[in-house]
Amino acid sequence: MSNTAPSHGRFTGMKAVFKREFKGYFSSPLGYIFIVIFLVTSGWLTLSRDFGRFLELRQASLDPFFTYIPWVFVILVPAVAMRLWAEERKTGTVELLFTLPVTLEASYLGKFLAGWSFLAFSLLLSAPLVWQVERLGNPDWGVILTGYLGCLLLAGVYLAIGMLFSALTQNQVVAFILGTAASVVFLIVGLPETLEGIGRWFGGYAEQVMASLSMADHFATMTRGLLELGSLVFFFAFTAGWLICGMLALDRTKAA
Amino acid sequence: MTETTDEAFVDDPPASSAGGTAKPVAPLAEALVEVQGLSKHYGPIRAVDGISFTVRRGDILGFLGPNGAGKTTAMRLITGFLTPDAGTVRVAGHDIATESLLARHKVGYLPENAPAYGEMTVTGFLEFIAEARGVTEVDPAIRKVVAMTGLERVQHQMIETLSKGFKRRVGLAQALIHDPEVLILDEPTDGLDPNQKAMVQELISNLSRNKCIILSTHILDEVERICNRALIISQGKILVDSTPQELMTQAPNHNVVRLSLESPNPQLARTLAAQAWCKRFDELTPTSFEVFPVDGENRLAEILALAKDVPLSAVHLDEGRLDELFRHITEGVSR
Repeated sequence: MSNTAPSHGRFTGMKAVFKREFKGYFSSPLGYIFIVIFLVTSGWLTLSRDFGRFLELRQASLDPFFTYIPWVFVILVPAVAMRLWAEERKTGTVELLFTLPVTLEASYLGKFLAGWSFLAFSLLLSAPLVWQVERLGNPDWGVILTGYLGCLLLAGVYLAIGMLFSALTQNQVVAFILGTAASVVFLIVGLPETLEGIGRWFGGYAEQVMASLSMADHFATMTRGLLELGSLVFFFAFTAGWLICGMLALDRTKAA
Repeated sequence: MTETTDEAFVDDPPASSAGGTAKPVAPLAEALVEVQGLSKHYGPIRAVDGISFTVRRGDILGFLGPNGAGKTTAMRLITGFLTPDAGTVRVAGHDIATESLLARHKVGYLPENAPAYGEMTVTGFLEFIAEARGVTEVDPAIRKVVAMTGLERVQHQMIETLSKGFKRRVGLAQALIHDPEVLILDEPTDGLDPNQKAMVQELISNLSRNKCIILSTHILDEVERICNRALIISQGKILVDSTPQELMTQAPNHNVVRLSLESPNPQLARTLAAQAWCKRFDELTPTSFEVFPVDGENRLAEILALAKDVPLSAVHLDEGRLDELFRHITEGVSR
């Protein structure tokens, strides 16, 4: 009879989905285009005299790079996320996927981890900057490491946000715009100007709540070399929240 | 067991009497798909409305119905892609709702239009499906289905570059990769050219021995050729559950004889029209007649005996066409 080994755990099939999705970034031009745009924009923002002033500052620090990463990611990560479900639903492969012995959780997380790994790979390609910093002087490796970890966690949150919108629509452009908009909102609530405004209108308590919900704030903490438990919990909980919402949304929309 | 709403077809004799090329249904074959009271509503629209049927090992069941009859929805319910509003589906003994993953292991499914990941190669795609299905020996399984579906020549090509026929075969290959007991094929030959159709039909016929196959189609000829059972559904309900051969005997033109004469012969026309078994006699032209026998019985021998001294240029015995019956049944419902 059939030569299959039936297993029926919650995460059955996640590996296969992950593998397919991760390879998928490199089997279409999209992955390469993303990497080039990411490296060129982040590099330019870091080195530019108007923005990062990396060369002018002549400091052995990646601060100029980390400062602009949230803004680069806010555009680029939704571009990675937009196709994850919208395309499956548009081409009808979602019907194939969900009639395989793969749970919704497994395929959702498989895709998330694939996108996240791709983003991690892109971040890794910014290593020449680290090498440059090392040449300039004696950098604080702890700060660089927590900074990169912050970038990775931030990318995870943006990806989870983008995936929710990809699950909600069959149109990739709509998914991209909504994903970017939502990411921008959660980024700017943490900017000092916004927090000040919130404090003025809604009081100090609201300001504190918003500050604690702000990705920018937690990210800035990490780029200063501080690895606070609160920040880690924030990033993991926030990502998990978006992922769970995405799964619930997909369960309703997959057949629509 | 089966729900039929059209009285005319409920009391028909069993398939064996119809003869022809019907594949015999083993009476004790194991039930692989059991559908009970299955319903799915979209707002006020009853896409599937309380259907019940059982399909056994060795069966090829043809799902017939006009577009929008509920064929695709029924298949999506059986494969577990959709959740029913009421009713149950058991696949190889596993309930698709409560033992979904076990049931899905037993099913190979070709969705409508054979969706596939276009940016993958044929083998890359089959590898993904095999891994997701937990196939233990992936490479031999891929080689086997590639050979079965004739994909050798294109196996390293990207799926989006393939023709419609090859894409359909890729869809069939992925449905077969784990050698499932139950195969569910939504319009497997839709949009294929006649050669590709014949190839797919032959493949399906050869597969049926130890599997149970449910296929939907609106090509009646296909049902006649490869299915041993036909369900006609319309507006979400099963109207007919029968064998294709038996269905043909119900067709309005079953066993109608068309005679073409060398020269006009009013004498013969009168004699034929006067026979007790002649339900209707149509004189198409002075030299060609159509004789409709009572109860669709075969009266060819009698007709030829009566016309033995008349020079004939052609004689045609109509087996009955499913499409006429199909129109007859489904139009009655939609009006």
